[in-house]
Amino acid sequence: MASQIWSGLASQVGSGLTSTSTSIFAPKGTPAHSIFSISMLVLSITTVIFLVVGGLLLYALLRFRHRRNDANAAQEPPQIYGSNQIELSWTVIPILIVVMLFLATARVILSTQNAPKPADALDVTVIGHQFWWEYRYPKLGIVTANELHIPVSDPKHPTPTYLTMSSADTDHSFWVPRLAGKTDLIPNRVNTMWLDPETAGLYLGQCAQYCGTQHAKMLIRVYADSQADFAAWIVRQQQPAVESSSAIEGQNVFQHTACISCHTVAGTIATGRFGPDLTHVASRDTIASGSVPNTSANLRSFIDNPANFKPGSLMPAMHLNDHDLDAVTAYLATLK
Amino acid sequence: MATHAPVTDSVVNSAPRRLVLEVLHDWVTTVDHKKIGLMYIGYALIFLVIAGFEALLMRVQLSIPNNHFVSPQVFNQLFTMHGTTMVFFVGMPVLFGFGNYLIPLMIGARDMAFPRLNAFSFWIASFGGLLLYFSYLGGSGLYGAGSAPDVGWFAYAPLTAHVFSPGHSTDYWTLAILLSGIGSIGTALNIVTTIICMRCPGMKLNRMPLLVWLYLVMSCLVFVTVSPLTAAQIMLMLDRYLGSHFFDTQAGGSAVLWMHFFWIFGHPEVYVLILPSFAFANEIIPVYSRKAIFGYPAMVAASVGIGFISLSVWAHHMFTVGMGAGANTFFTLATMIISVPTGIKIFNWLATLWGGKIHFTASMMFAVGFLFQFLIAGLTGIMLSVAPFDWQLSASYFVVAHFHYVLVGAILFILFAAFYYWYPKMTGRLLSEKLGKWHFWIFLIGFHLTFDFMHIPGLEGMPRRIYTYEADRGWMMWNMIVSSGAIFQTIGTLLFVYNMVWSFIKGPIAGPDPWDAWTLEWSTTSPPPHYNFAIIPTVESRRPLWDLKHPDDPDSHYE
Amino acid sequence: MSEVAVIPQNTKSAWVLPSRGIVGMACLIVAEAAIFLIFIVAYLYYIGKSLAGPTPHDVLDLPIFTSICLLSSSLTVHLAVSALHHGRRSLCSLWLAATVLLGSIFLAGTAHEWYQLIYRDGLTIRTNLFGTTFYSLVGLHATHVVVGLIMLSLALFFSLTGSMTSKDTGRLEVLSLYWHFVDAVWVVVFTVVYVLGR
Repeated sequence: MASQIWSGLASQVGSGLTSTSTSIFAPKGTPAHSIFSISMLVLSITTVIFLVVGGLLLYALLRFRHRRNDANAAQEPPQIYGSNQIELSWTVIPILIVVMLFLATARVILSTQNAPKPADALDVTVIGHQFWWEYRYPKLGIVTANELHIPVSDPKHPTPTYLTMSSADTDHSFWVPRLAGKTDLIPNRVNTMWLDPETAGLYLGQCAQYCGTQHAKMLIRVYADSQADFAAWIVRQQQPAVESSSAIEGQNVFQHTACISCHTVAGTIATGRFGPDLTHVASRDTIASGSVPNTSANLRSFIDNPANFKPGSLMPAMHLNDHDLDAVTAYLATLK
Repeated sequence: MATHAPVTDSVVNSAPRRLVLEVLHDWVTTVDHKKIGLMYIGYALIFLVIAGFEALLMRVQLSIPNNHFVSPQVFNQLFTMHGTTMVFFVGMPVLFGFGNYLIPLMIGARDMAFPRLNAFSFWIASFGGLLLYFSYLGGSGLYGAGSAPDVGWFAYAPLTAHVFSPGHSTDYWTLAILLSGIGSIGTALNIVTTIICMRCPGMKLNRMPLLVWLYLVMSCLVFVTVSPLTAAQIMLMLDRYLGSHFFDTQAGGSAVLWMHFFWIFGHPEVYVLILPSFAFANEIIPVYSRKAIFGYPAMVAASVGIGFISLSVWAHHMFTVGMGAGANTFFTLATMIISVPTGIKIFNWLATLWGGKIHFTASMMFAVGFLFQFLIAGLTGIMLSVAPFDWQLSASYFVVAHFHYVLVGAILFILFAAFYYWYPKMTGRLLSEKLGKWHFWIFLIGFHLTFDFMHIPGLEGMPRRIYTYEADRGWMMWNMIVSSGAIFQTIGTLLFVYNMVWSFIKGPIAGPDPWDAWTLEWSTTSPPPHYNFAIIPTVESRRPLWDLKHPDDPDSHYE
Repeated sequence: MSEVAVIPQNTKSAWVLPSRGIVGMACLIVAEAAIFLIFIVAYLYYIGKSLAGPTPHDVLDLPIFTSICLLSSSLTVHLAVSALHHGRRSLCSLWLAATVLLGSIFLAGTAHEWYQLIYRDGLTIRTNLFGTTFYSLVGLHATHVVVGLIMLSLALFFSLTGSMTSKDTGRLEVLSLYWHFVDAVWVVVFTVVYVLGR
């Protein structure tokens, strides 16, 4: 317990502007920037209103408090029933503020939602699942899960990524605060949003619409790669799964258990769609939708019983014996 | 404060002690609006303690990252039960309870328009509350183990479909809300009819106390908001029991339709809860400032305006579902506009304080807390009305902090004020002022520790409804502070409960009019007799008791 | 009790307020209208969205005769109220009986329609979105007709036994308001289901 507290507090201090921050006040993409500027406008207006009205309230409370030793303490104060001029003034002034704020807001709504899509924008289809993310790059023939790779967008040659979003089961919401606001993924409905990270790096987020038991561990990792890195990533991901003779035993176990009814390994008989695509699972940094680092110990533990990290995960405990477990873990570790 | 000699004969009961069973029978079969009102309040207080305890468990779980205090399943049940209970089985009944108790007294009537419907509404609503908690026993049906609903208080489709929510817990949830809705509609119908048809002679609409006006608006709002929820619950039940497809996305049904139906109820519901809170403020602030309410017609107009505008803002809960720029712009505007009549109310309260002689009783202190906290809640509301800002903040802890600022900071604070103000009328004894002030300060500290700091993790990207969070996000310190505030709030609430029990037995005798107030309920004994008024009063102005106390300068000259 | 303020009584002008029954029924009608509105919105939203047949166009016939029966029962219930108002109790019973009969014909028509839809066309509430919205909307209305018929039958019973007199006109009027509402809803349901939706 104590160590948990200290490590938590330590990362608190360190996370000011580190890569694990998810603060909406550290924007790194156009949508997040425009939201940041309108939010600063709203914050300053509301702060001024608070200071003025709160100050008047405080003044009235202090100035007009009942004083026991006052000469005419027992007497009622003069009764004032109202004033139409005053009512009018505190109706009109708020209306003016509202109109101003509304116009500024409408501009941001239109510029974000109706932004023209450049010809060389990247298309990615995002499908929310209980409790992981499926990413499909239809023009590139890539399918991956939980870790989204997109190119950095240079303002002079914008290469934004357009996400086409839906859900396979319940409602989810895609939220990477430093890149953009959130957009819901709803079954039977297609939503879109766009991202254009300005600097390379890892951007974190997570599902923001309650979607079931493990809503909390439906984490998002967006890797903004430089153009060269992104091109290299595409080439690697387009390869079929690595066939490695050393892991043939694990592959056999994999293909003769229920694994293949939910998971795909491109180029093999495993073509399930219910769980994440595992063709290049070893190239990912994390497993279980960003819950734990992708180490062989974690992988083994997850295959043994997913509830070790994510109780309520839809993947059943596979009840493999130790030997098979090691073999499958070794096989998956080869799928670079 | 005017001093009254203790009126002992109004409280002392010389009748012989009755058997517990007789007393119980008396309460269960009563159709007296005062007893039903008290039962509503008592019932709500029990659920307040239960749902508060649920909140406490959640705060323990969230105080540090990757905590294992409760399992994800239990956590999801906790926030579902906490939200559902607080809205439907605390907020609604406690406000209906005060309305039931006060409205006939304030308009000079002897009972509600339909006393038996009144009892029916109470019992059906309380049965709903029992059903909701029965799910802890019967939620898994024949499998034996309990499983409370875990779909969230707004139960977005298709999470409520049989596929994603097997067992019966969601059925208990929907039935409970359906029953509570029927009770709410019944009581609202009763309140409107009472206000329109039962006023004493001279009590024209423009002479009614503002509390009565606000309950009128609130009850009308109940018809057009709780009914859609009832309709949606019927659809959900048809889906779950008869296999229809209203919200079945696999058969072409729409999840977004449920969102619309729910929020057509859900947002005006906030106003259903806040209007009675305004109502209490409208009675309490003038009396302790020793001044008539400033701008009565403007207050009425603003309330009616809020009622109407609140019907056109629901989709600001749906800025992130991809509604398109046009709809987002419209609902941004509608939501911002509602801040205008709300602002008028705050300014009028300010003007009522201005030039008065403010008595800082425990009740008034809670009312002052209400004013400041409602101001802040309104301002964060304006932030959330800005659709792009909402794309970041929606479903984050910022939203959770915002609506708790409304529900706790505004509504619960003014409710406490109402308890300190009307408890003497209801029981004949004053609550302890000293304990009341301790209650105020401790609860105030706890409230601000919890809900001020809860905004920050939201701004740092923490979504709501997560049972735990990653250690590297920097949310831990804020969550620790938030959780520590819960302890103060618990202590404050316990003090309040103790004060209520202690004062019921030992509190000083209140007399009919301890606050030197001006509305009709203070013209009868405390507690009022079964028939309320020996002679049905006649009124000439908005403040009949002011006229009586100041015959040289009556209100009727100015209206 | 000397502390209790005594409020002077005003006997100068008459103080008349609306009848409780009418106001209460008006409130109920507003609430019920909101419930129907939601079902109607759902119906309109799902028109043409069914993933499989049958479609409304294939299976729905216009229930013109039964609709005329239901709408004319509004007139008969009004005549019953005015007969009672004038103290003509047997005439009132006659008109009430006519209302109950017309309402029952309507209900029988709905029953026949549903029987045909279920056994001839194989359309149930589970079949598709059309079935879902159709049975729930028409069924919700039919439930209201049933409640109205029970109340009207009770009124007819009291009228026949002579325990309902012209003093009770106000009560019968409240009931007739409900019945008018049920008829008015049918006009909307008819338009939505049989005209727009087909």
